[in-house]
Amino acid sequence: MNDNRQIVHTVKEQLRPPSERIPVFRWLKENLFSSWLNVILTVLAVAVIVMVLFGLLKWALGARWEVIPANLKLLLVGTYPVEYLWRVWTTGYIIAFLLGFSSGSHGGLMRRVSTVVASVSILMAILPFPWGTRGWLLGIAVAAAIGFSLGHLSKGIRWCKRLEIAAWLLSFPISLVLLNGLGGILPVIERRTTWGFLLNLIGAVVGIGLSFPIGVLLALGRRSELPAIRWVCTAYIEIIRGVPLISLLFMASIMLQLLLPTNVRPDLLIRAMMTITAFSAAYMAENVRGGLQAIPRGQYEAASAVGLNKALGTILIILPQALRLVIPAIVGQFIALFMDTTLFGFIAILELLNITRSIMGNIEWRGTIFELYVFIGVVFWILCYSMSYVSRRMEKTLGVGER
Amino acid sequence: MSVTSNEGIIIYRDVHKWYGDFHVLRGITFTMQKGEVIVICGPSGSGKSTCIRTINRLEEHQRGQIIVDGVELTNDLRNIETIRREVGMVFQQFNLFPHLSVLQNVALAPFWVLKMKKSKAEEVATQLLERVGIPEQAQKYPGQLSGGQQQRVAIARALAMAPKIMLFDEPTSALDPEMIKEVLDVMKELALSGMTMIVVTHEMGFAREVADRIIFFDYGQLVEENTPEEFFHNPQHERTKLFLSQILDY
Repeated sequence: MNDNRQIVHTVKEQLRPPSERIPVFRWLKENLFSSWLNVILTVLAVAVIVMVLFGLLKWALGARWEVIPANLKLLLVGTYPVEYLWRVWTTGYIIAFLLGFSSGSHGGLMRRVSTVVASVSILMAILPFPWGTRGWLLGIAVAAAIGFSLGHLSKGIRWCKRLEIAAWLLSFPISLVLLNGLGGILPVIERRTTWGFLLNLIGAVVGIGLSFPIGVLLALGRRSELPAIRWVCTAYIEIIRGVPLISLLFMASIMLQLLLPTNVRPDLLIRAMMTITAFSAAYMAENVRGGLQAIPRGQYEAASAVGLNKALGTILIILPQALRLVIPAIVGQFIALFMDTTLFGFIAILELLNITRSIMGNIEWRGTIFELYVFIGVVFWILCYSMSYVSRRMEKTLGVGER
Repeated sequence: MSVTSNEGIIIYRDVHKWYGDFHVLRGITFTMQKGEVIVICGPSGSGKSTCIRTINRLEEHQRGQIIVDGVELTNDLRNIETIRREVGMVFQQFNLFPHLSVLQNVALAPFWVLKMKKSKAEEVATQLLERVGIPEQAQKYPGQLSGGQQQRVAIARALAMAPKIMLFDEPTSALDPEMIKEVLDVMKELALSGMTMIVVTHEMGFAREVADRIIFFDYGQLVEENTPEEFFHNPQHERTKLFLSQILDY
């Protein structure tokens, strides 16, 4: 054996691949000015782009942007009573604190997210808001910083990790109670359907938080060996996916009203959130099923062969791999759900889009339609882009063990 | 449900199986003793893989009786789970869990199925990785290992349940020629340690050296059952002779 190693052939040195960089001038000449026709097209295209940009700039400079700060409170939290605004802020603090805590104990993606949240709140505090608002804004950064230090200290302590998971799970009901109030403890806030952007956020968080587990269960149910479960799940998914969300929302807002007796009729906002959850879960189920389908049979066999029962095999072996495969599709569904919360406006809920319309109807702000829509677009873009950024990072971090 | 087990650790009595209309196993009968090493060979599609996969019920048989360590295999889920705990299996395609590290792959079942403490399960896993010769790969993921190393992890994973019987379903068929030996060496060590093993393989050298008995399959039937010595030098059946002449002539 070893003798063979003595007569190994000489290995040639590795060469560098030939350079593929092209000088700018040659690139321009080859791609934009290679013929007379191309020269004309290039010049025309540049002219159009310049004109559009110039027009945009002119509009942006002359626009009445003051409509945004003047109505900021209305846009973001609608008619949420000013004397109770501290409850909204506190919710923000809880989340900032938890983000900070997780970033302190894990680092990585969480650290980026919480750094961004803290720096944005500091930057916003520099803007000319009233002093009170600035104080509240800085509180976000402070909460994140406190969370970070505690998280850093807790590193490696096992019960702290459990506490952290429990705190994240509890933060959802606690936030909802804080925002809504609870009979006897916190005064319940009347008129829940006019909270502006806050409603889009609540709708998205509740919808995502509930539709994900329901979707996973539906996907597993559709592949179940028990025909009854399989048929029910398949029927549910196919029926929901065949109906537009807007008609489901109308059904929930009007038909339920007619069908159910008054005393068991859930309020409009809850009906809207139930509908969007039910809707999104059906799509989620199909995304997850796609992932389940991609797991080779050998994984199921290996799981059974080492003695794991069906439930354990699914939870420990199949789902982690299947979900990782479909992160992009799942996050796409989250983003779609978030945007779909603007459809609440059609059933008389004053979320961001609908409350904007009421501002446009105000004589004082007539003609500010573009400014307001640009604002809505920017707000949604920032949040949706963050979600897609987090999803891409998650794919990378979770992709460690890929074959 | 318990059957007296002094007759053998695995008992097959006239076992039949169909895939749709295709009759894969056509009345298999054999008995295996504790500590025995049996090699099953035969042409592709002869039912040898299907046969060993009925032992831990990855495939169901439709007729006849299979008794493993005194427990008869039926649709009773508890019986199946008991048997799977006692029977380890190594697959042709390794089937490691790609999202878990090597150590986690091995420690998973002791922790979740045998309810060992996490530290204990990892200790067991580390010892087994040493036994198969790759303790230094414990923190890597399966995708970062060579085929031979992956298959050795798979063997360690099966051993982690402290099984009474080990099944090998063509464990070296998906390996590069240079890696076959390292896996066969581990299997040989295991056989010498007294493990009861059934190995489906085309590695005739291994069969000759390690097996106590060789079983030859063709068309879903058990054609010949013999000691290695007799099997290679004095095969009883014409079909066996043809098979041997075709694989040994090169």
